[in-house]
This record gives sequence, structure tokens and C-alpha cells, in this order.
Amino acid sequence: MSERSFVGGIHPSYYKEFTAGMSITPARPPSQVIIPLHQNIGAPCDAVVQVGDEVKVGQKIGEPKGFVSAPIFASVSGKVTKIEPYNHPLGNPVNAVFIENDGLDTPFEGMQANKPLEELTPDEIKQIAKDAGLVGLGGATFPTHVKLAPPPDIAIDTVIINAAECEPFLTADHALMLERADDIVYGLKAFMKALGATKGIIGIEDNKPDAIENMKKAVAENRGEYDIEIHSLHTKYPQGAEKMLIKATTGREVPPGALPMAVNVVNQNTGTAVAMAEAIKLGKPLYERVITVTGPGIRKPGNLLVKNGTLVKDIINQCGGMKDNARKLILGGPMMGLAQPTDDVPVIKGTSGVLILTEEFVQEYPISPCIKCGKCVEVCPMNLLPNFIASASEKERMDLAEKYGAMDCFECGSCTYTCPAKRPLVQWIRIAKGEIAASRRK
Amino acid sequence: MAKKLVVSSSPHIKSPENIQSIMVDVLIALFPVALMAVFLFGYRALVTMIIAMVAAMVTEAIILRKGDFFGDGSAAVTGLLLAMTLPPAPPWWLVVIGSVVAIAIGKQIYGGIGSNIFNPALVGRAILLVSWGGHIAGNVWLKPVPFGFAADAVTEASPLATYDASLLDLFIGTVSGSLGETSALALIIGAIWLFYRGHIDWRIPGGFIGIVFIMGLASGGFSMGLYHVLAGGVLLGALFMATDMVTSPVTKTGKIIFGVGCGLITMLIRLYGSLPEGVTFGILLMNGLTPLIDNLTLPKKFGEVKKSA
Repeated sequence: MSERSFVGGIHPSYYKEFTAGMSITPARPPSQVIIPLHQNIGAPCDAVVQVGDEVKVGQKIGEPKGFVSAPIFASVSGKVTKIEPYNHPLGNPVNAVFIENDGLDTPFEGMQANKPLEELTPDEIKQIAKDAGLVGLGGATFPTHVKLAPPPDIAIDTVIINAAECEPFLTADHALMLERADDIVYGLKAFMKALGATKGIIGIEDNKPDAIENMKKAVAENRGEYDIEIHSLHTKYPQGAEKMLIKATTGREVPPGALPMAVNVVNQNTGTAVAMAEAIKLGKPLYERVITVTGPGIRKPGNLLVKNGTLVKDIINQCGGMKDNARKLILGGPMMGLAQPTDDVPVIKGTSGVLILTEEFVQEYPISPCIKCGKCVEVCPMNLLPNFIASASEKERMDLAEKYGAMDCFECGSCTYTCPAKRPLVQWIRIAKGEIAASRRK
Repeated sequence: MAKKLVVSSSPHIKSPENIQSIMVDVLIALFPVALMAVFLFGYRALVTMIIAMVAAMVTEAIILRKGDFFGDGSAAVTGLLLAMTLPPAPPWWLVVIGSVVAIAIGKQIYGGIGSNIFNPALVGRAILLVSWGGHIAGNVWLKPVPFGFAADAVTEASPLATYDASLLDLFIGTVSGSLGETSALALIIGAIWLFYRGHIDWRIPGGFIGIVFIMGLASGGFSMGLYHVLAGGVLLGALFMATDMVTSPVTKTGKIIFGVGCGLITMLIRLYGSLPEGVTFGILLMNGLTPLIDNLTLPKKFGEVKKSA
């Protein structure tokens, strides 16, 4: 398979060596989990348990309030001690269910294996995805069942598994491809069947040759009558961005402002495919996931299977703690992840990494004027003019920012990474996006 | 937890490149050119370059009231580029005035780095050309004497006035001309470094040199096309002046248009104008059009089928 790509992008240091090739190890059971009731793009959940209730692993504790939402499940067995707002990775405190772990891991009786994939109808697969609370595990946390239910006038012909893992430092998907390859293929087949897609593609950056080999083997053994291809992609950030991945693997360009389904494609994350397979085979809902704990500031990095609602400080503690020169805690990768003011925050479905950066990474540089070198224009995967958008935003000329394409920016951060004048380009563009969106709502 | 965590908006990693590192790369790229100038024109060329760079850096330090002499390195680059466009041994005061004008009027008056419309070094040169033309036009060009480090100065006319130099001489640089413009070889070596480091792309030099070649070809055949590319300031201009980041377009299409425009005006002046050389004004005129070019060549967004009107 020839390597393909998109125009633009950057080649940062990948820092995958901290955890690449490390096997997935279950995290130490936390004494308490604090499970936020909002873990997806879309509507939050209402608690369906009460303080004092005994819950079991896999029992539903949050019921979605709308279609674009996903239920939330207990990740440990034990007693609900509190239901109140608590720190949330996305910023503002969110209502959360506190469960004291009884250490017994009693499984919920409702977790029952479904019929094998061959016997399931597309609607049954969608229902299983919905009931298991699946969301995009790459970080965007878009509910999976919504992606599996396109409008009737749109025919999806291709499902792409996003296994690019283009964010530096992160290796969770890499680990899944080495250890759970069969389940990834199983999940992809389920997505294809649910959507009636004729083609499945697994896109992997070529800095993971062992994963590519392993996935090829798994596809050859398990594909059956499904048409599934492995695509080896250029290692280039943001190769794993939805639109870039679709361009690289199918040559199709998603129009500005549109979703992948506009070009008859649905993207799913590697972890989501594994979760789909587990939901069908075991009836297991999404209450744990693989998280890469990494960075120069953590003593013992690793790929951990972590229960939803585990506090980041518990994870850091079992990884040997932060080093003395640790200065930044990021949930997600270094390009698009969110810096946290505290480690007293629970991990959620969308948490792909716990990244600890050290002093040299948090150095502040003086911001210089734009020298119009055009390097941000070169790297912008959306072919925008980040320097012009940012300067317009800085001068509060949101009309100009919009003209130069602010709303098409998906905030990959390549421009800010590249800027030799150390201008916070994507940060100014975010401001413009917020203002423009607000004025459109008026 | 005792330590304070830094919270900032993503991305959390940045490329090691900064403005100073880019300017140092430009200085490195100009090194072979400077070396060739000393080889051809002797110590006078070295003195001219040093005066121009020091005057530029001092002017900038005074205007910005800063103690950091080198700073981001852009003043040193401007000074050196100005020297490259001057005769190898002009009067010292001419060089100083050129540098002061380049920094003060070419750059700082607009607000400093990033804000200037015109290439500062060429602003300096243009002012000298119109004010003291006798010192930098006509028969002021030192005859190059390789290894003649302190040879007596003999002046002659520019090969663009006589059209009698051999192409090999033009390529190596053993012709008279501005301090840094004569050796195509040295300029190309320097430019390869800038290409390699990603500071310039093919579009501006390609458009510039391409149109000069085509128009030269039309005016007198293949060898005249090459002559126009190699003689005078076309390579220095196309590789180091027109590619100045601040004063050239950022869009890909815009860069080609800009390069072609520079070459077109250069050739119109050479072929039909009263001056033998047109690179300076070709680039300066196109500098003035840069914002317009950028706005007329906004790129097609990813996934956009046709340009929105």
C-alpha cells in the first residue's frame, strides 16, 4: 500500500519512546471513583442512582437527556457516597457520582453477551453501541450511535478506523493494535454492518510498523467476507484529524463546515472499535479505557487500563509520582490536550493520555510581531491563513477573521507550534471562533 | 501537591525555531557570498560589509533603546544585504548613510520588524542611488582580482552596460559588479541552505528567474536569456531580496505572482529603461503590491470546491 497524505502538517518530535511497545497493564483499583455525569459532546446525563445505593461494575448510573448523548456506567462495585459537582477535565465542575470501591468488582448481572455479529441486524448493533455508552475515544467523545445513524438520504460506503495516533507522546492506540488487533477488526466489521458500508479502512501512521504488521495479520485472519484494507500513512501531525485522515485514505475532501458523512464516510477511533467489540461479545459497557501515562515529568510511564472516574492523582501515584521538575499536567496529547490546574480531577471516556511536562516545556517566550514568513500558511492542514486570522482577531476585527477562514479551523495547533515569532496563533483564532459563533447566534 | 501547575491553552509544545535562528540561517547563507566577495574584491569588500552591518545594528539599537546589539539578528541581515548591493569599495560615509536609512526609514519608521512594507536594504540602496548616483552607478565597479587581497583598485563598467562578459565568468563571479551579486555560484550555494532550512520556497525565485530568462531569451536567444539571469543582481535579488519574508506575499499563488512581477519590472527597466539594472526597483515596486496580492490570492480552503466570491 502506497503511503498517502494531505497537504501541510508538521513534524514535531514524537516522544513515543516513553511508552511505545509497553503492554497494557490494569491500573491499581482506586479506593474511590468520581464519575462525572457529562462525558460526551452533547447533552449530559441524569443520575439514576442515589446516595447510599450499592452499585455493581457495569451498572448504569447516568441516563442520557437527549439523543446526542450516551449513558454512563459504574466502573467499580460499591456504595454511592455522594452526588455533587466535582472538578472536570474540560474546566467547569460537573455533577458527579462518587462511588466507594468495595474491592469486590462484582459484575452487574445485566452484562450479557449478545448474539454473534453474524446474527445481529444493523439496528441491533446500533442499539448495543447506544446501550453501552460508546463515544469517540480519540478525545472528541462524539456519541457512537449517532455516527452510526446517518440521515436516510446518505449512504455510507466506507468506515475508517482512526489508528493514526498522530499526537506526540500517546501510545494507547498503538498498544491496542498490538494486543487487541482482533477486537479492532471485529469492531470495524460491526460498524460496517451497522452502516451497510462496503469498505473498511484502518489508517496507521508508518512510525508504528509493528502495529501495521500485526493489524495486517489480524485483518487477513478475521476479515471474512468484509473488504478491509490497512493504510500505512505518512507520519505527520495532524494525520489523525478526521478530514485529513479521510483525504489520505480515500482522496475525498470533506467540504468546509460539513461532517465526514457528506463524503459517505464514518470515522471511528481504535479504542472505540475495541469497546464496540467488547459490547457485543461481553455485553460490557464503556467504563474503562486505555490511557497513556507519559512525559518527561512522570517517573514510571506506561499504558494503563484505567477505570472511568479514577482521579488523575491516583494514576500518577501508581506511576511513581511526578518528578520534581514537573510543571504541567495535560489530559490528552501535547498538541490538543487540556492543561489541568490540579491532579484532583477524574479521567473520563475521552481521556487518552495523562501527560506530565517538565520545566523546559513551559518556558515562556516573548511574542514578536508577525514577520509574515508564511510558515503557518504552509503547515495549515485546512489551507487557511492563520497569521491573518490571528492578527485580525488580535485587532478585534472578527469580520476579517471570518473572511480568512476562522470558522474552518479545527484548532490542531500546527500554526502555533511552527510560528518562529512565538505568536499564540491558534489561541487568537479560538477567540475569534468564539466571538463569531456568538454573533451568529444573535 | 506543593508544586504549582502551569495552565495554558494548547498546543503545549513548540518548534525550536525563532526569528533569531532564521536570521542566523540567513547570515550563514550569505557567508559563501561574503567569502567570494573578499576573494574577488579584496579587503575593501570586507570593510564595506562590516561598516554596513555595524551601522545597521547601532542604528537599530539606538532607535529601540536596547542594549542587546545583535538582538533578533534582523539588523545585521539588513546591513549585510545592503553591502551586497553596493560597489565593493564605496566611501565609508555612503555605507553608513545607506544602513541608517535602511533601518530608520526602511524599517523602524513603520514600527519595526514585521511592519515594514519595503525591503529595508533596498530602500537604503534606492536612496543612495538617487542621491549619490555617481558613487554607485556608472564606472565605479572594481575589476575583480582573485586573491588580490589588497590590489590596487581598477574600475570598469558593469557587464550589464557592456554585455561582453562570458557566461562562465558570470557564473563564477569574476566580473565587475556589486559586492555580493557577481558570483552566481556563491549565491546558489547560500540559497540551497535557505531551501534546506525551509526559509524560502521555489515560488518567488522560480517566478523571478523564470521570467527574466524568458524575456532575455526573447530579446536575444538562449545565451542572452542566461546572461540576464547571471549578470547583475537578479540572483541576489531573486534568492535573498525578493524572498524577504516580511515584504513578500504569504500565499502560494501570491508568491509566484510576486516573483514574476519582480522579474518583469526588472527586465522592462533593463531592456527599455534608462538604468542598466532594474532589480532594486522591480522588487520595491512589487513590495508595495504585496498586501494586495495576498488578498487577491486567498487560498482555497480544504474541501472547498470553488472559491467563494
